[in-house]
Amino acid sequence: MDIHEYQAKELLKDFGVPVPAGGLAYSPEQAVYRAKEIGGDRWVVKAQIHSGARGKAGGIKVCGSDHEIWQAAEELLGKRLVTHQTGPRGKVVHRLYVEAATAIDREIYLGFVLDRQSERVMVVASGEGGMEIEEIAVQRPQSILRQSVEPAVGMQDFQCRELAFGLKLPPALTSQAVSTIQGCYRALRDLDATMVEINPLVMTKDGRLFALDAKMAFDDNALFRRSSVAELRDKSQEDPREMAAADRGLSYVGLDGNIGCIINGAGLAMATMDMIMHAGGEPANFLDIGGGASPERVTKAFNLVLSDEKVQTILVNIFAGINRCDWVAEGVVQAVKKIDLKIPLVVRLAGTNVEAGRKILKDSGLPLIMAETLAEAADKAVAAWKKTSAQEPS
Amino acid sequence: MSILLDEKTPVIVQGFTGQIGTFHAKEMMEYGTHVVGGVTPGKGGTTHLGKPVFNTVKEAVETTGAVASIIFVPAPFAADSIMEAADGGIRYCVAITDGIPAQDMIRVKRYMRRYRAENRMRLTGPNCAGTISPAKAMMGIMPGHIYMRGNVGIVGRSGTLGYEAASQMKTLGIGVTTSVGIGGDPINGSSFKDILELFEEDPETKAVVMIGEIGGPQEAEAAHFARDHMKKPVVGYIAGLTAPKGRRMGHAGAIISAFGESAAEKVEILQECGVTVAPSPAELGITVAKVLAA
Repeated sequence: MDIHEYQAKELLKDFGVPVPAGGLAYSPEQAVYRAKEIGGDRWVVKAQIHSGARGKAGGIKVCGSDHEIWQAAEELLGKRLVTHQTGPRGKVVHRLYVEAATAIDREIYLGFVLDRQSERVMVVASGEGGMEIEEIAVQRPQSILRQSVEPAVGMQDFQCRELAFGLKLPPALTSQAVSTIQGCYRALRDLDATMVEINPLVMTKDGRLFALDAKMAFDDNALFRRSSVAELRDKSQEDPREMAAADRGLSYVGLDGNIGCIINGAGLAMATMDMIMHAGGEPANFLDIGGGASPERVTKAFNLVLSDEKVQTILVNIFAGINRCDWVAEGVVQAVKKIDLKIPLVVRLAGTNVEAGRKILKDSGLPLIMAETLAEAADKAVAAWKKTSAQEPS
Repeated sequence: MSILLDEKTPVIVQGFTGQIGTFHAKEMMEYGTHVVGGVTPGKGGTTHLGKPVFNTVKEAVETTGAVASIIFVPAPFAADSIMEAADGGIRYCVAITDGIPAQDMIRVKRYMRRYRAENRMRLTGPNCAGTISPAKAMMGIMPGHIYMRGNVGIVGRSGTLGYEAASQMKTLGIGVTTSVGIGGDPINGSSFKDILELFEEDPETKAVVMIGEIGGPQEAEAAHFARDHMKKPVVGYIAGLTAPKGRRMGHAGAIISAFGESAAEKVEILQECGVTVAPSPAELGITVAKVLAA
């Protein structure tokens, strides 16, 4: 789960990470009021969407007067920002964060991730802040410093000092750097985050450290024990179909093709999508309906896939293990009758009680296309889709 | 021979008396697995499915001589159960549970390292379908009847895609020594490389099928191991050619977040290391047949 910059800053502040004074605004009036509260004469109005690279997309405006703040807020609120992280559809700005502008002397990159290779928390830092870490890795790989955290004892101060000295921070800032790095690490550990990124962490002209931007992502599997984090979810930033799927215990990812997929198991789902591509088609979605393919679940899956208007053909591929094919077949028949399906449907069943399952499908009298193997299923789905799309007036 | 598990391996079930534990314990016993009891804290001293129930893993191991354990404990408590197994004298543990927090798994892995290598428990999973040595025993949730006894090892992340491979092979008359699910989580008990090592040492296994997917460094690590340390041929497949970067595809670990983690990049690494990559998931069986015939 992702959260907004302002939420990450509020969380990190509680762990001793220094952040500039700021406040949330939902309207231009509020934005101006927030700036008054903060004081000073320069502010930054920042669009809150779940994405980095907002600056390049025009989502961050430096302002020097009430009038400028008002204008910036009016322009940003309701605007759809497209960054390379949001996809082409972009994300709509509903919230603004108004912050005191900072006189920047140096920019530093500081990131904390769960490293799958070492199976530990890895701290990554670079003196080349401001750029994204992928760019730094390509352009200035020698500037990247790393520290691996021993899970039994946690991050040690000496590791933070090694980073601070490695970043060539002035010695007077060492203790601030240590408490900032420790704060981020403790936030990650105590809140079950999978990622904390401060980019940039800035050194100001008057010799202080501030987290100018902050990004946090959380482990969905741990939200059950982090209710205060779970509350920070902003559903307006998530794909409505994926959210609806998650609420129904299904795992869905929308894609650009026209062949809707209903499959049990994540690996088989990816493999079936690969097969569709191999056969010359393109999948419209990833959908894992999980182990128990009950009639209710299958109906929900059909409704979900059909809510994508691009879908012109559906491919169901179920390898029954615990669940039996006859039961899955009943589910498919019930679902298709209930929703009055108008587009071609290819069904491939395999595994336990496959013969009984195929018989139910055959005897149902429904115009569905049956396939025995994975290859046949993909070929038939692609052929059916090509036929329907050829019929459509373009 | 088989790896990790055979019909003589005494197995306990952690989360024995729960609904899921009960269902699969029954299936495992019907398949021929030597289930000797189970653990449900608070229900020690009772009998379930004709087998004794214990309060702790230690008691279960002392009384029954169990060496293996399968875990059906719910995600919030699963890490604790795995550590209890590691401390209680279990040598091989299969964690079926899906949804264990990543930091819990980091702690589990660190905890297991407190034992000397020769006393250290081997863990496969979590979030996997389990392990089966066909016609001998299974510790898992797979449909046993789709596997035929034979001489090819299978190691994979996904349950149903593993079934697909086994059934394609069965159609061609190719059987399996052992099939091991290592699970779809980012931090797991055993890596592909760990299991390849076991198959390389198993005299009965003639070839290995490795079914990977997008995300993480383990497939590449295994490919380098196969190149440098294996004599047996390895057939590979990487699921997720159509998966977009940065999107999680069902499994917690199936996400392309770094260089080298996409399916295309992994396929390239596998091929460079001499692994025979199946051109499509529908050609897993036939690719194994070709490799065995060569």
